[in-house]
Amino acid sequence: MLMVQASLDGILLGILFALIAYGMALQWGVMNIINIAQGDLVILGGYIAYTMYLAGIHPAWGVIVSPIIMFFVGWALYKLVINKVVDRDLFISILATFGIAIVFQQLMNFIFGADVVVAQSEYGTTMLFDNSVTLPNSKIFSAFISVLYAIALVVYMKKSRLGRAIRATAQNARAAKILGVDTEKVYAATFGINAALCGIAGALISITLTLHPYVGLPYTVRSFMIVIVAGLGNLPAVAISGMGLGLFEEFADYILGTEFRIGAVFMLLVFILVYRRFKLSKKREYLK
Amino acid sequence: MKQKDLILYSGLIILGLAAPFLFSAFKVQLTYLCVLIVLAMTWNLQGGEMGYNSFGNILFYGLGMYLTASVQVGMFFPLAEWTESGGEKTFVHTTAQYFQGIGVGLLVAAIIPTIVAGAIGYAILGLRGHYFAICTLGLGIAAGEIAGGIEIIGAGQGFTTPPFPAEIVDPEARGQFFYFLSFLVLVVAFVFVKYIYGSRFRLILNAIRDNEDKAEAMGIQTMKYKIVGWMCSAFFCGLAGGIMGGLIGYIDSTDVAFDGREMGVFMVLMAILGGKGTLWGPIIGATLFHFFKEGLWTFILGWQYVALGVLIVVIVVYFPEGLMGWLREKYPERFGEVIDEKDRKAQVELK
Repeated sequence: MLMVQASLDGILLGILFALIAYGMALQWGVMNIINIAQGDLVILGGYIAYTMYLAGIHPAWGVIVSPIIMFFVGWALYKLVINKVVDRDLFISILATFGIAIVFQQLMNFIFGADVVVAQSEYGTTMLFDNSVTLPNSKIFSAFISVLYAIALVVYMKKSRLGRAIRATAQNARAAKILGVDTEKVYAATFGINAALCGIAGALISITLTLHPYVGLPYTVRSFMIVIVAGLGNLPAVAISGMGLGLFEEFADYILGTEFRIGAVFMLLVFILVYRRFKLSKKREYLK
Repeated sequence: MKQKDLILYSGLIILGLAAPFLFSAFKVQLTYLCVLIVLAMTWNLQGGEMGYNSFGNILFYGLGMYLTASVQVGMFFPLAEWTESGGEKTFVHTTAQYFQGIGVGLLVAAIIPTIVAGAIGYAILGLRGHYFAICTLGLGIAAGEIAGGIEIIGAGQGFTTPPFPAEIVDPEARGQFFYFLSFLVLVVAFVFVKYIYGSRFRLILNAIRDNEDKAEAMGIQTMKYKIVGWMCSAFFCGLAGGIMGGLIGYIDSTDVAFDGREMGVFMVLMAILGGKGTLWGPIIGATLFHFFKEGLWTFILGWQYVALGVLIVVIVVYFPEGLMGWLREKYPERFGEVIDEKDRKAQVELK
């Protein structure tokens, strides 16, 4: 039964990771930057929902409020820092967002304290298979909301004017500019949408998992991992590899013990990169 | 060596030797400075010269720290009992044991990380650019998380390194010992890096940085040189870590040893601040950074990480060439670059 428990937990968690990874893939594909602060945006989104919970509002409303606030946070971040690193070397964007991540962590530490917190959704739990598998309803809720938002985003990217502009910019920024797309605005919107996705994921994490100012980096690494496995702009693959990662994590947790969980995630990143490097080097290519 | 250089170097060495007596209250800070310079200089060897921007040199630093302490304890006492709570009170090193232990420990701390770098180098250094950066970042953090779960080196509760022998009553002795140790490592590292700067090896590293495919097409075995370059960094990172472990006196897996959030970023930042790919850049960068950090940290207590983050963003976004790069642009003649006046004028007109 432990296997079933771990699998269900892993899949539900993985859907959440896939949502964050989709934001990562979006900004990477459109703006060619790697955002180390991704995980910290997630945590910030979570703290917004937690603040609502403290104020007496049900934290599930965070999935609507948090993305709206986070969109403007992302927009402001773009205008302040990111717009200066868009056309530069990727390493510059990694370091710059690393700096942003440190600032975010410390500010969250000041504002919300260094305790591990969780917003109680009081959704109860579902018991399956004669009470041998427990499934918190909040996890089911979060997976459902993630799927809902992912579908909404895909439809928005396909149909809306801004979505078309974003896709055009991703394909060829220069050509898009010539054809009258305001790429600067598109970039800002992309980063804002990414931050909003992080906000949704954060709000869901605040009710399903726990929040702490310094746990952002594992989320960044998870989403990075999902993106390099799935490739940019391949949504079904992102969802599947997200679930795969969730499964891996839950099983690593059961087999190795909880203290090695994060370590296992980071080691998996190293192994995936090295595996892909050996695969490509047979064709005398390298990861680009 | 020119006479001017001779005066400069002998002056610096005399200053270095006299520093703990001149500023005896700041011995620990000076030791830190030496270690930071070593870290920045050796990071620059592969970050600046080879173009492989690593966030993971902290791996070797932490490894060196744990190895020195483990060897120092393990040579004389059972390690597992030492790391259990209060072990450092039951077992006491004699003076001879302490120095023997730290000597052998530092040797091991230099050699094992070098071997590790060589062993993982083939796999990791096949990644390029940002993939390498992210991979090494993951490696450093994974090492910290895993070290935090291993019982024999203290796991989450940390590892108290052997205290300085109580038989030496002079209160200055401990600080002076660690200062001169780190100064020695600094001098060795400088001589080594300076030697590399004058050698063909540096040109090969630069070729790899500028265009790896072309370098390979020219018949350079890039992988071999990349691994050697990384091993050079690992050697000094391990030594620096060993010294820091003894100086701090307490090893925590994620906050002291594999401290990617502080040391791991500092070494990158210092090299960039001074100027990547120059001999003096990382030294100047590390010195400036250390003064800034120590001068400001106490005034902005609690806000230091915010300041650090803002500093990273400002340096990286507005100052990616660093101090030396800026100087180079301003006074190119000083760096032995000949500027064609006609060409310069033509460029100004174009603008």
